[in-house]
Amino acid sequence: MNVFINGIGNVSPQNTLDNEDFLSDLINHSGESLYSVKPDYKSLIKGVNLRRMSRLLKNGTYSAQQCIEDAGQNELDAIITGTGMGCLADTEKFLANVYNNEEGVVSPTQFIQSTHNAMSGQIAMMLQCKNYNFTYTHRGSSFESALMDGMMLIEEEANHVLVGGLDELTDTYIAITKRMKLWKNEAIPQLDLLQHVGPGSLAGEGAAFFMLSKKPGDKCYANVKGIKMLFRPRSGDIVKKEIEELLQENKLTVDQIDLVVEGVNGDSNVDQTYYDLNESIFSNSNICYYKHLCGEYKTASSFGLWTACQILQKQQVPEVLKLKPFQTDGIKKVLIYNNYNNCNHSILLLEHVTT
Amino acid sequence: MPEKIYISGIGAISSIGVNVPELLASIRSSRHGIQHIVHLDTSHRGNLPVGEVKLSNEQLAERIQTEKASNFSRTTLLGIVAAREAVAHAGIDIQDGLKTGIISSTSVGGIDKTENFFKKFFADPTSGRLRNITSHDCGDSTENIAVDLGVYHYISTISTACSSSANAIMTGARLIRHKILDRVIVGGTDALTKYTLNGFNALKILDTGHCKPFDQNRNGLNLGEGAAYLVLESEKSLKQRNAEPICYLSGYGNANDAYHQTASSPEGNGAYSAMEIALKQSTFLPGDIDYVNVHGTATYVNDLSEGTAMSKLFSEGMPRFSSTKSFTGHTLAAAGSIEAVISVLSIKNNFIAPNLNFQSSIEGLNMVPVQELQENIEIRNILSNSFGFGGNCSALVISAL
Repeated sequence: MNVFINGIGNVSPQNTLDNEDFLSDLINHSGESLYSVKPDYKSLIKGVNLRRMSRLLKNGTYSAQQCIEDAGQNELDAIITGTGMGCLADTEKFLANVYNNEEGVVSPTQFIQSTHNAMSGQIAMMLQCKNYNFTYTHRGSSFESALMDGMMLIEEEANHVLVGGLDELTDTYIAITKRMKLWKNEAIPQLDLLQHVGPGSLAGEGAAFFMLSKKPGDKCYANVKGIKMLFRPRSGDIVKKEIEELLQENKLTVDQIDLVVEGVNGDSNVDQTYYDLNESIFSNSNICYYKHLCGEYKTASSFGLWTACQILQKQQVPEVLKLKPFQTDGIKKVLIYNNYNNCNHSILLLEHVTT
Repeated sequence: MPEKIYISGIGAISSIGVNVPELLASIRSSRHGIQHIVHLDTSHRGNLPVGEVKLSNEQLAERIQTEKASNFSRTTLLGIVAAREAVAHAGIDIQDGLKTGIISSTSVGGIDKTENFFKKFFADPTSGRLRNITSHDCGDSTENIAVDLGVYHYISTISTACSSSANAIMTGARLIRHKILDRVIVGGTDALTKYTLNGFNALKILDTGHCKPFDQNRNGLNLGEGAAYLVLESEKSLKQRNAEPICYLSGYGNANDAYHQTASSPEGNGAYSAMEIALKQSTFLPGDIDYVNVHGTATYVNDLSEGTAMSKLFSEGMPRFSSTKSFTGHTLAAAGSIEAVISVLSIKNNFIAPNLNFQSSIEGLNMVPVQELQENIEIRNILSNSFGFGGNCSALVISAL
């Protein structure tokens, strides 16, 4: 399979709005939740009424536009997004309105903007793109479902497919998930996440978009060779087997992988799968992680793909990403592995493209 | 020639029956399910008629007899009932070594339980039972259904408003064509909730009487609830288990109207494209379509837009058509799969469901739906439409073998 990533966009808790830069100016926030850096929306988004849009839709629209401009491609055959929780802020607002008015007369604005497909629909309207339009929302495999659909479309007849993953934090979401003990109890500097391994991670959010194309463009980031998703694998051995299968399908062995990008998130309940792999099949591998930069959320793996894309295109690995120190001379093959909540796992294989 | 995608099993629960035989009997006796609200806790009870499944959550839980059923959202409960029926009807053994997946869809997810949670949470952020909020997201119902059926190979969830389950059906078909799966359970589930009832009420598109699809004096939709699933199979899967399919999915199309967040374009551009793509893929001509199960929500905008698009596509002769939402109400994410199940039944049992409450044609369109049950007619190809918020438009072509 050959699916080229020709453009990227990323609104995240780090400085990722300039694709020429790669994590040179790190943000190190202390607290249990990491909010995205606010972009200057008007600099990229034209002819769209921003006033009524939620932060999620604004960040998503910005990221999509950043990606489109990066690829220099606005003739799209498809728009596909994945979101784990959908438009949370508008959902909460509409629910509160319904309660506070005891089901009396309420404004429909938040209801309209709270549907999970609002983002894909918004981008379609902005670009006047009347083609294939899809929204996946399946927990920790929302983004991967969108990506796999995009890859299938490229294998079919599509030339250019915009794929994105996005989720937003709200005060209510943080309050509830805190009660569920999903996050660290104490305020720790985010970059020190792995010095505080124990129950809970850091809450994050983001909107990352990718331009998938049939042919490599001028600033191609990567070639996606394969993807696999797993639902509640009964043991770590199944994860290993699936990783090996994906490599075999591409006539590769694990020794030929130059870099592994993992979704380690500092939560001891989840990270065990990574440790097991790092001590077995990845025992000789160079390993990177990224969730100390963006936090944990259902589509955080889209930040992971962004990271791998930047590494492959720029041929550099910022120190902050390294799980343990290592030196590399040329990164050709990257494997991305993510485990969301011990439930939704994904494996992605990427290849460097010479442009 | 792309690989043929067979339909080998169906299951459905809606206001006109808790299973497919009941649904079929209701349609054959023109018995609709639009009544006053009984189970949903809302102040609109008595004012807004709906297509409610005639079982409480406790009765649904009783029916499925699963350990955690009392914790499930209504969306999950409905989904499990219909998905189990589809799997049993197809007669597949999920553990037989073939690659089986599930692609489900929902627009409300478990928001019925979220509503219970927020009642307490809004008053005091430290209260509200956490187990009532864990089913909020759309993936929850799919994972519960997958675990109930023992499906682990590939599962995902689609949420494209009212076109959701039509999209789940097309995604399932593509996963088979890409050899990712040998067979797949596809469909959708949506429960009635305060969220959607008040949302559509705020949009002022709910009829306070029984809806009148494609009528000049239509006055809005009736919300409904339900779930429906189909089993799609590859030839390989059918051969291995020596099974006969019922019919096949000959085409599917997806397009976006790119016009407005909720309303369809007056010309029905997205609807036209979706139908055209589906038809082209099926290799049939407009004249080969024997019946159209229209989206037909009975809102002013949808029916005009859909009718305009159909008039353009079928300029050489309008096939018979009807909106079965006059029976079930608009079941949102489940609508596409419930209507696909009705289409499969129409092909298998040679009937066309009537479009209830029609009196006069929409001005300028002169389209007259089927108004009485038609039986003993051969039906080869059915076009089924599903359109939604966000400009999402989908169409399926279901064909006799």
